[in-house]
Amino acid sequence: MSYIPLEEHLPGITGLLEYSRETAEPIRELTQILMRGPSTLSEGERELIATVVSSGNGCVFCTTAHTAATNTYYDDPSLCEMAKKDIDSTPLDEKMKALLHVARLTGMGGKQVSTEAIDRAKKHGATDLEIHDTVLIAALFCLYNRYVDGLATHLPKDASYYQELADRLNKNGYVRIPEAYEQLKQKKTKPNS
Amino acid sequence: MAHIKIDENLPGIRGLMHFRPETAQPMNDLAEVLLRSENSLSRGERELIATYVSSLNDCFFCQHAHGGIAQHYLQCDVAFIDQVKDDYRNSGISDKLKALLVIAGSVQKGGKHVTQEQVDQARKLGATDREIHDTVLISAIFCMFNRYVDGLGTSAPSDRNFYINRGKQRAEEGYAHYDPKN
Repeated sequence: MSYIPLEEHLPGITGLLEYSRETAEPIRELTQILMRGPSTLSEGERELIATVVSSGNGCVFCTTAHTAATNTYYDDPSLCEMAKKDIDSTPLDEKMKALLHVARLTGMGGKQVSTEAIDRAKKHGATDLEIHDTVLIAALFCLYNRYVDGLATHLPKDASYYQELADRLNKNGYVRIPEAYEQLKQKKTKPNS
Repeated sequence: MAHIKIDENLPGIRGLMHFRPETAQPMNDLAEVLLRSENSLSRGERELIATYVSSLNDCFFCQHAHGGIAQHYLQCDVAFIDQVKDDYRNSGISDKLKALLVIAGSVQKGGKHVTQEQVDQARKLGATDREIHDTVLISAIFCMFNRYVDGLGTSAPSDRNFYINRGKQRAEEGYAHYDPKN
């Protein structure tokens, strides 16, 4: 049971974003710019950053959702699993590994981000904008993870929910699609469909 | 020196917002709606939550910037702000706000630290669903801001008066049209 009344058919963050539409709008906009806006980091790389941070924060909903989202961009699902466990052994380029370390440190606390971690990223070609966005994506998911778990939102009853969400995030990004919510509501009223 | 090349004359989040105005705008919009829009928690109370969480995260810039704004709204002295940060249970804030700061402190540690008992206690002291929601979200948002500011190694003036003097201006102008250069 969540700590405040949320719509039952909207698990995790989705119920919160509908509960408080006024705050949801700028949160969605920030996420859309960072995760889907023009960037030299691919959408898959940015999803990977979100996944590694959410996993470090132990947020099951966000980790599972963004693992599924990451896997819509990569052929091999073991890559994301590996990144969550051991960044350096993951088959990614050196720049991305260094940025994932920066993200993980950011997740632990702003002051944990060391000059060494930043220098490593720069040495492997990370630009200031990439470093900026990596830190801000990591910080943003620290927000999401705390919002989702701090209000004890529930997990989806059916694991297929995550795949549908991931496909939606890949196709539509983070802006609110009213039809998507209507579809979910219709599903709720027609349990056998 | 910050980890990335920003205008070093702009301390804390200001240099970052100047560096990337596209992401600054929704962050300021979020601060405006959450910290300043119509709410049963006063603007001063909401800034106190922000100040307390920023102090738990040891973010010098944010705790003093928002402490200065809270001080202006509450028309209190700096000792009151410090007491809330150091020992709010014995400060003069309401019992409801104390219960909400317990929740904010748990969120700072990690979402799962918030317990049903903490939420029940806040409700018993009159907190509404909306207030509980907003407390969690304010704490979560400052966990973002604090990491953004410190994660990129920004600098912050050490003189407390710098923040106290700016608190009035920020309180009067709000966040929506925030100009990081001003």
